[in-house]
Amino acid sequence: MELLIFYPLAGFCVVLALGVVFNNSPAGSAISLIGMMLGLAGIFILQQAHFIAILQIIIYAGAIMVLFMFVIMLLNLKKGDDTGWISRDRNLLLSVLTGLLAVGILYKISDVIFTRKMDTPAILPDSFGTVANIGETLFTDFVLPFEVASILLLAAMVGAVVLAKTKLD
Amino acid sequence: MLVDLTITLVKILFIFAVTVGFFAPVLTWVERKQSALMQDRIGANRADIMGFTFLGLFHIIADALKMFTKEDFIPDGANKFLHTISPIVALVPALLTFAVVPFGGQYTLFDKEVNLVISDLDVGLLFVFAIASLATYGYVIAGWSSNNNWSLLGSMRTASQMISYEVTMGLTIIGVLMVYGSMKLTEIGAIQENFWMWGIFLQPLGFIMFLTASIAENKRIPFDAPEAESELVAGYFTEYSGLKFGMFFMAEFIEMVTIGAIMTILFLGAWHIPFLTTATLLSWFDFLGTTGSNLVVMLIHVGVFFAKVVFFIYLQMIIRWTLPRFRYDQIMKLGWKILLPLSLANILVTGLVILALN
Repeated sequence: MELLIFYPLAGFCVVLALGVVFNNSPAGSAISLIGMMLGLAGIFILQQAHFIAILQIIIYAGAIMVLFMFVIMLLNLKKGDDTGWISRDRNLLLSVLTGLLAVGILYKISDVIFTRKMDTPAILPDSFGTVANIGETLFTDFVLPFEVASILLLAAMVGAVVLAKTKLD
Repeated sequence: MLVDLTITLVKILFIFAVTVGFFAPVLTWVERKQSALMQDRIGANRADIMGFTFLGLFHIIADALKMFTKEDFIPDGANKFLHTISPIVALVPALLTFAVVPFGGQYTLFDKEVNLVISDLDVGLLFVFAIASLATYGYVIAGWSSNNNWSLLGSMRTASQMISYEVTMGLTIIGVLMVYGSMKLTEIGAIQENFWMWGIFLQPLGFIMFLTASIAENKRIPFDAPEAESELVAGYFTEYSGLKFGMFFMAEFIEMVTIGAIMTILFLGAWHIPFLTTATLLSWFDFLGTTGSNLVVMLIHVGVFFAKVVFFIYLQMIIRWTLPRFRYDQIMKLGWKILLPLSLANILVTGLVILALN
């Protein structure tokens, strides 16, 4: 039953992820990415992580991608428009770096797949993935990383305001 | 299993019947009559069948006929696929929110607990917010895919306005969440059985800010800069005709119902009557037996809930026909410089009060 939902969702995600890469209009890529994120949220729900799924939609699909779309529209990028920033040399460097990253990720995944036993599903407690549970964990066991992350975000916000301000004056 | 499935299907059908079948068409008529009333006109009484105008209600049929038979026009150079799906993307979120909206409490019918909500999500309140943030895409893609500068300007205004007011909306939701200590809309509704626990008393500032932000999200006057007729022809839906235009239109009206429903649950006591607990109501109809009394109370509660929703819809219509359109910079100023600090202060004060009371 779970696989019946998982495979279509996963296929949907992979197709749209490929769409992000191969689409030659920026808006098309952005829209594919939005769809991919919605599919990913579906997979999170399948893993009983409702809270993470909703956050995925609010933050990535709802906030960040709207800004992406906004910028794409502001510059009014059209299909086949100037993509001059991908010069050949940089493209080579980027390709090598991306390739290395992909190999690293695949290595890590294969490590997990081949060394861990996967035939016994983990038994989840009833409170797994609920809001109360995540909140409690976040504010007890992980309170330091949580605060550090919030300070990082604050610094980024102040930085963005400063950068924008100097340009305006 | 089969019974549960049937109950869920009945609830979904009920919601569809009420929103798409009743509210969306009737509200087009109500809006015409309401505007006529406020501008001292007679209004909407031209459509007639054999001389009967029936208070102008035939305009609904005339509208539907017009939209179905009009030419569906896609401009040259427009992205056909995106141009076609964007009205759907705009309409679906408005309907999807109702998946977590409880339109009544819990009742025992034929020895079975019936919960009047389609899906009682643990993260219900966040779900509402997530779906509201997805609604932006329909409008943004509509303007972008039309290959028209008016449309593009309209959808850029939409994007910036919706992003700005989403911030306030999210922060206001946090205030509500702190007061009730739950994200389940059914629990929030159940707590408000006590009249003094209604959200409007606990979060008065939050109530006003949420109403403002949701009207801005729905892009109705005074926040209709994205479709400003006098500047942008019709904004993001300039290039839409026929049923696709009708879907944008329907999305706006259904969203009014959605806003009414969410406001009712968060701030106006959901399905409860002031000073009248469910237990008291049940005891009044005790002579009908368990199922009978539960059924009667259920009908009363659903009626009360939709009466409150109608109140909020009417409030939105009065606001629409009272205020002029805000200028674009005024909208941004209100969102970022007034509502955002106020909503942050609201969270702080709410937190301090909760801390003091504990």
